[in-house]
Amino acid sequence: MLYREAGQYKTNYATDVAVFPLREDRIGLAVILLIGFVVLPLTANEFMLQAVLIPFLVFALAAIGLNILTGYTGLVSLGTGAFMGVGAYACYKLTTFFPQVNIIVLAIASGLFSAAVGALFGLPSLRIKGFYLAVATLAAQFFLSWCFIRVPWLYNYNVSGAIEVPSRYVFGVPVTGATATPLTRYLVVLSIVVLMTWVASNLVHGRIGRMWMAVRDMDLAAELIGIRLLPTKLLAFAVSSFYCGVAGALLVFFWYGGAESAVFDVNQSFFILFMVIVGGLGSLTGSFFGAALIFILPIALRVLSPAVGLPLHPSTVEQLQFMIVGALIIFFLIVEPNGLARLWQIGKQKLRVWPFPY
Amino acid sequence: MDLLYKIFIDPFMQMGQAPDLLVQTLWEGLVSGVLYALIALGFVLIFKASGVFNFAQGIMVVFAALTLVGLYALLRRWGVAPGDLAAYLALLLTIGVMFVLAVAVERLVLRPLVNQPDIILFMATFGLTYLLIGLGQLVFGGESKVMIAEDLHLPSGSIEVKMLGGFVNFQKIDIAAAVIASVMVAGLAVFFQSTRIGRALRAVADSHRAALSVGISLEQIWIVVWFAAGIVALATGIMWGARSEVSFALEIIALKALPVLILGGFTSIPGAIVGGLIIGIGEKLGEFYWGPLLGSGIESWLAYVIALLFLLYRPQGLFGERIIERI
Amino acid sequence: MKLKHLLLGTATLTSMVVTAIPASAAEIYIPLLTYRTGAFAVSGAAIGSGMADYLNMLNERDGGIGGVKLNVEECETGYDTKKGVECYEQVKSKNPIVVNPYSTGITLQIIPKAAVDKIPILSMAYGLSASADGQNFPWIFNPPATYWDGASMFVKYIGGKEGGLDKLKGKKIGLVYLDAPYGKEPIPLLEALAKDYGFELKLYPVPASEAQNQSSLWLNVRRDRPDWIYMQGFGAMNPTAIKEAIKINYPMDHFVGNWWSGGDDDARPAGPQAKGYLSFTFNQTGTNFPIIKEIEKHVVEKGKSLFPKEKIGETFYNRGVLNSIIIAEAIRNAQKISGKKEIDGSDLRRGLETLEISAARLKEIGAEGFASPMKVTCEDHNGHNGAFVTQWDGTKWNKVSDWISPIKEKVNPLIEQASKDYVSANAGWPKRSEPCDKSS
Repeated sequence: MLYREAGQYKTNYATDVAVFPLREDRIGLAVILLIGFVVLPLTANEFMLQAVLIPFLVFALAAIGLNILTGYTGLVSLGTGAFMGVGAYACYKLTTFFPQVNIIVLAIASGLFSAAVGALFGLPSLRIKGFYLAVATLAAQFFLSWCFIRVPWLYNYNVSGAIEVPSRYVFGVPVTGATATPLTRYLVVLSIVVLMTWVASNLVHGRIGRMWMAVRDMDLAAELIGIRLLPTKLLAFAVSSFYCGVAGALLVFFWYGGAESAVFDVNQSFFILFMVIVGGLGSLTGSFFGAALIFILPIALRVLSPAVGLPLHPSTVEQLQFMIVGALIIFFLIVEPNGLARLWQIGKQKLRVWPFPY
Repeated sequence: MDLLYKIFIDPFMQMGQAPDLLVQTLWEGLVSGVLYALIALGFVLIFKASGVFNFAQGIMVVFAALTLVGLYALLRRWGVAPGDLAAYLALLLTIGVMFVLAVAVERLVLRPLVNQPDIILFMATFGLTYLLIGLGQLVFGGESKVMIAEDLHLPSGSIEVKMLGGFVNFQKIDIAAAVIASVMVAGLAVFFQSTRIGRALRAVADSHRAALSVGISLEQIWIVVWFAAGIVALATGIMWGARSEVSFALEIIALKALPVLILGGFTSIPGAIVGGLIIGIGEKLGEFYWGPLLGSGIESWLAYVIALLFLLYRPQGLFGERIIERI
Repeated sequence: MKLKHLLLGTATLTSMVVTAIPASAAEIYIPLLTYRTGAFAVSGAAIGSGMADYLNMLNERDGGIGGVKLNVEECETGYDTKKGVECYEQVKSKNPIVVNPYSTGITLQIIPKAAVDKIPILSMAYGLSASADGQNFPWIFNPPATYWDGASMFVKYIGGKEGGLDKLKGKKIGLVYLDAPYGKEPIPLLEALAKDYGFELKLYPVPASEAQNQSSLWLNVRRDRPDWIYMQGFGAMNPTAIKEAIKINYPMDHFVGNWWSGGDDDARPAGPQAKGYLSFTFNQTGTNFPIIKEIEKHVVEKGKSLFPKEKIGETFYNRGVLNSIIIAEAIRNAQKISGKKEIDGSDLRRGLETLEISAARLKEIGAEGFASPMKVTCEDHNGHNGAFVTQWDGTKWNKVSDWISPIKEKVNPLIEQASKDYVSANAGWPKRSEPCDKSS
């Protein structure tokens, strides 16, 4: 009734290839953006901003990065955590060298470094495929983690061995460091994530995205129709790592406010991979759904279990939460192996013909 | 020049000067290699029969060991004496638990996910990992436990052999680990080569559909391989637990089986063993002789890099089946 | 369609999270960040139980402190920084008087927030060593000693064993450490001391992922044959290291752990051969203290402790108790200074800053000799108090040395330098604006 394409005519090619061909979709997007930029800042409390929304956005960005590689190009990577780390450490070094430069610019620029590192570790992807490649990316994960500990230059020879986030100002407003309000940090992160999601959406809908998908569906066939595999796969690695790197920089500078190397360990990689697969491989919307389910659900369980009056000890809740998340992952995979994004599509499809079943 | 000397000459000089240390290093590499191989074997069993890359193998090791120790403590509290009776009873019960786990996994995870792409099944085992972490901690508590090596009559102490102008120390538990692992591997090999179920399993590995059409029950096969993988996990858990302790930190060690796997090939049992030995020995030699050049502690990534280099040369692993791609 | 309901349900649940519950009146809210799950749960369960049990005992026995009930609430971190930060945000809205982060990673993350949120941080002998400097870190407290103090006590101890610090010349000393910021902490101090006393420092890092797979590292130890080994380890790394040391016939009484390597569960798994292993600690073990007896009577006997009865009195449990003693004494002190019963974070900060737990006071609360008397001042948020060496006899820890005081003149310059570096690296670090109270 409300969501239906009847009466919306496509009169030229541009509208036909639009990302959001339906007016309702565009309105929906506008509403989501409005909620993100206006409603939430006005209503959410500090806990919501700092412990839920900012990390959600950061993880969603990282999930988009991994999705470009795994979902769109079909290359499984277990090195996401390390690539995020490269971004974070690069941002830290950059702001040490250029304290005057806008930290937001630096955070995005640091993605270039992780893109370079990602492309380097993507080289074996030409010869190695599938799970073999996944394990090969573990080499990147463990080697880079080791570097974060062993190269003191990366953390400016701090005795603590951790990177600390200095206060940086943009137009006189503190955006990083302890004095920056969660609201400012949230808005910065949100803007970056929205911008980069928009870029990613254009990438995957364009020629490059189609090349990636061709490689994913069958790289041999893709090669035969004239797609050069090496540059395509490396580009996927570079773009993916770029996104992960920016996410890593955001994570440290706008969420944690300081980090030690353990933040970027192999568990972080798995965590992001969960989001991508549960959210839906090859879907940007799915990355957001996945991040929401994997990151926010445990928090909700934790916060709500006392609220509903369950007299459980926090450690028991934690253990139950592990079990519930595990069970949910299996459950969702059984119900819809293509992830939450697919459910979303089905839902939209149903809405189109509502109130009729077909 | 100095660096080249340190990389190419000095380590070999050291090997020559202290041959006892070299033998010791090789022995340590052998033992950890055998244990890596044992974990890798669990992966291979399941991958061969169902095409599932079972990420939960690592946590199954922890879970099995925890169950054993937990049940033992429970039996002792109920007054089962003497200690070794309780230990063996607990061992039997744990094997039972692993069987139940295998059935549950088949019923609740694999069967509904039949015919899904590999990555989905892979992901489902992630879910299983989480489930087992939570369950293990909920039932047995998160604290690390001491493996009941004594009551299981596992040998302790060590044998010191004077040789080559020094001494080489063989831990009895390590010898036991090597022996048990070899026996298990041999047993599994015989099982797969010459029993009916074993042959059925190999048929399933070749083609699910063809196997089904000749009347092999997929369900049964899957339960068997998951059960076998559970027993392998239990053995690994006991050995590794006896070498250090039973804690959830052991899970990360299980990741070491991954380079072993890609080196040996996902589908080859001999590959898992040879791969394990190459990784184990290579990693110990590398850490001991070349590690100090980089400030030591390179073991965390060395295995992966060794495996990666091998892969670039042979993308299907040492014993993997040749990858033939058709359009 | 069912699924959609589920999704909707999840969404509504999440939105409910937004509303936090304000703390009710006439109580003091003390959140405890604990880690009873995860890879390090073995120490976390002991410490967490010790902390909770002492505070609950005060509630049971005295009805709180100064007549105000303590609202003790645990938040599970699993030793994971991500969850730790979330816990911090979660407890922040309920006006906590203090936060005990219990993980180096979490501590580093919340240090910059403390001054802004006006919540003091008590990181008892862990976290950032530099935060001992009260001038730059008015909100952070890390008594009774820093890792640098610990390492200097180790050097002093082995100097004593060798017959004088000058006898260390030419000796080889190994440091076995977790390859992470925590483990690397003692390196600069030991390097400085190596220069002064002429010993050679050998480093043996254990990567976190190889904590239970250390055989090649110990072959290195066997090759180098250091005269003494100091271990800055944690979790499963400790028992594995002890087992490996046994394997290479390293003399146990020359192997000294720092205070996070000296739990009962660190030595026990290594079996009878671990006998002789040494470790530093700044709290006594055992139940032979009136304070522990009181806890047993009021909390454990009533089944209100989460810790197994037979393990009460182990090193890490008692350390948790000591942590809570510091909190409780600081609360008393803060109530006295501020004249209020229901204190807040700022009051507790003042209470901590003028905290003095004298030997007499320790005796009064039933903890005579349980820990070293400690004194915190405006400038010195640590106190650099002593610790002693305990030895594992196969079943329990026994005190084998007197209280050893750190080599302050070596530690202090490092603290000053580190604190200065921290402030200059973090441009815009707030200047101390809090006035100093007179010590009471």
